[in-house]
Amino acid sequence: MPVERVSVTEAAAKVIDRLRSEHGELMFHLSGGCCDGSSPMCYPLGEFRLGGRDLYLGDIHGCGFYMHADQFEYYKNSHTTVDVVEGRGSSFSLEIPLGLRFLIRTHIFSDEELADVRPVEAAN
Amino acid sequence: MAYQRPEFKEQYENYIGGEWVAPIDGKYFDNTSPVDASFIARIPQSNAKDVDLAVEKAWEAAATFSKSSPAERSMLMFRIADRMEENIEKLAMAETCDNGKGMRETLGADLPLVIDQFRYFGGCIRTEAGSVTNIDADTVSMEVHEPLGVVAQIIPWNFPLLMAAWKIAPALAAGNCVVIKPAEQTPASILVLMEVIGDLLQPGILNVVNGFGAECGKPLASHPDVKKVAFTGETSTGRLIMQYAAENIIPATTELGGKSPNVFFESVMDEDDEFLDKAIEGLVLFALNQGQVCTCPSRALIQESIYDKFMEKCLARVEAITRGDPYELSTMMSAQASNDQYEKIMSYIDIGKQEGAEVLTGGSAYKNEQYPDGYYIEPTVFKGHNKMRIFQEEIFGPVLAVTTFKDEDEALEIANDTQFGLGSAVWSRDMHQVHKMSRGIQAGRVWVNCYHVYPAGASFGGYKNSGIGRENHAMMLNSYRHTKNVLISYNKNKLGFF
Repeated sequence: MPVERVSVTEAAAKVIDRLRSEHGELMFHLSGGCCDGSSPMCYPLGEFRLGGRDLYLGDIHGCGFYMHADQFEYYKNSHTTVDVVEGRGSSFSLEIPLGLRFLIRTHIFSDEELADVRPVEAAN
Repeated sequence: MAYQRPEFKEQYENYIGGEWVAPIDGKYFDNTSPVDASFIARIPQSNAKDVDLAVEKAWEAAATFSKSSPAERSMLMFRIADRMEENIEKLAMAETCDNGKGMRETLGADLPLVIDQFRYFGGCIRTEAGSVTNIDADTVSMEVHEPLGVVAQIIPWNFPLLMAAWKIAPALAAGNCVVIKPAEQTPASILVLMEVIGDLLQPGILNVVNGFGAECGKPLASHPDVKKVAFTGETSTGRLIMQYAAENIIPATTELGGKSPNVFFESVMDEDDEFLDKAIEGLVLFALNQGQVCTCPSRALIQESIYDKFMEKCLARVEAITRGDPYELSTMMSAQASNDQYEKIMSYIDIGKQEGAEVLTGGSAYKNEQYPDGYYIEPTVFKGHNKMRIFQEEIFGPVLAVTTFKDEDEALEIANDTQFGLGSAVWSRDMHQVHKMSRGIQAGRVWVNCYHVYPAGASFGGYKNSGIGRENHAMMLNSYRHTKNVLISYNKNKLGFF
């Protein structure tokens, strides 16, 4: 089993279940830049048009997790855990009306982990 | 001097068609202040029905407003500016309470810039002249500008009033009617602004619809009757906005942030004078607005030969930043805008430490004795290298990443090694060097021997992943207008093909 690049906390998985029951299948795209940048965005599956330079990093609780190649350049050595906190985020992410915000926690891979880490794939 | 938390209404409504209109489905959410986590007001949790109503009312207003004269629109801009100036303290206090930024900044920077933005576009639209080209002896070509009609604007939470002004002023000046959605963290100050200026506006020319992105932002950005969308925020939402615009074949302008290099050459330390003092402040400006600025100078590049001496002075200045009551004018750093933003910044401070960056100062939350429930963080300086995540990702907090360079070539290489290109700065006493660097840096703004100044008339926008379009300049008028070419022939003879 390769070392996964993405995972999810139990609290975030519960929020995903709640959102899935309301919106159907979901996807995550990690944002960059201003304001709510560097936050994971949760959308109904297919809402966000994945492009030729988006990468698939793995699944979290049944949802594909994607990131732009420019951004992945700096995530090669990072394990990303999607967590959730209380707060009033902005953006079109689906959890925001619940007064919650998905958030990433980071672990920098050790050399041993890096040797066996899951390869990324093109999103499409 | 100390100000205090202003009074708000218990509940606000949307501002549609010149009236306060309750959200159609009757839902509201609580808006709180990041200063102390206290309740501010209930805010409409609008959805597509409210957006439809606002767009409809905006189009009704557009029938006359789009034909109004430049003189009328110019006068409207000046009246709005004057009214805001009369209420500057009230608006600044509302902004401090809603966003968490200190009165030192809202009164000293945000509101004066908001007011000036309207005066600038009032001047632009009144003095503008079109163009006529003499094609040949019998043919004249006229370029005529016409408003788009109804435009949508989605505003960020870091400068709620200023970013609204940057979008509203050119849109109205160009003769459009606007539907605007403030950020859900900071809806209150714009609603206070509408109380202050509402009577100056023809009903329907400026409509404010509040709510969350997925429920209210999406229906607005994808509305078939909206003719342009302007957005400031992050890259995923920026791509969604452009995706919706593509579906409707309308223009979108986006400003999506940066990771701005602030480059200090050794000549800044040639003298111990006012300029060195200015350069030190220039580095410490990463803490302005608690680092929640798209152009935050969050990467400092310092020439090796002066690193130790220069940083010693800079760190002393960082450690002299006063914290405390955001309503007190002497307080230099205030609250982060929301709890989740606070959590995200703390998670990046953790990433910096895990990556092996050295904490030179700060690196933890700040305990504000007066407001223990607010969201406060110590100004933090890391030393590391440009491949680290804290050098590459916009943290949007008071976190500076510092590295060194040997010479101009290496400075330029590091400055441009980023996916973004919004702000940047060069500090040097060598005029050849500043010109070479300012042309070499790939960013929409290069400050030379200054930082964080935003005068109206100096264009603002991004290279690379920082977005598309320019604001804060007369050229913005044309991103809110069609250009119609009227080609007139005086010649009575046919072309001769048929």
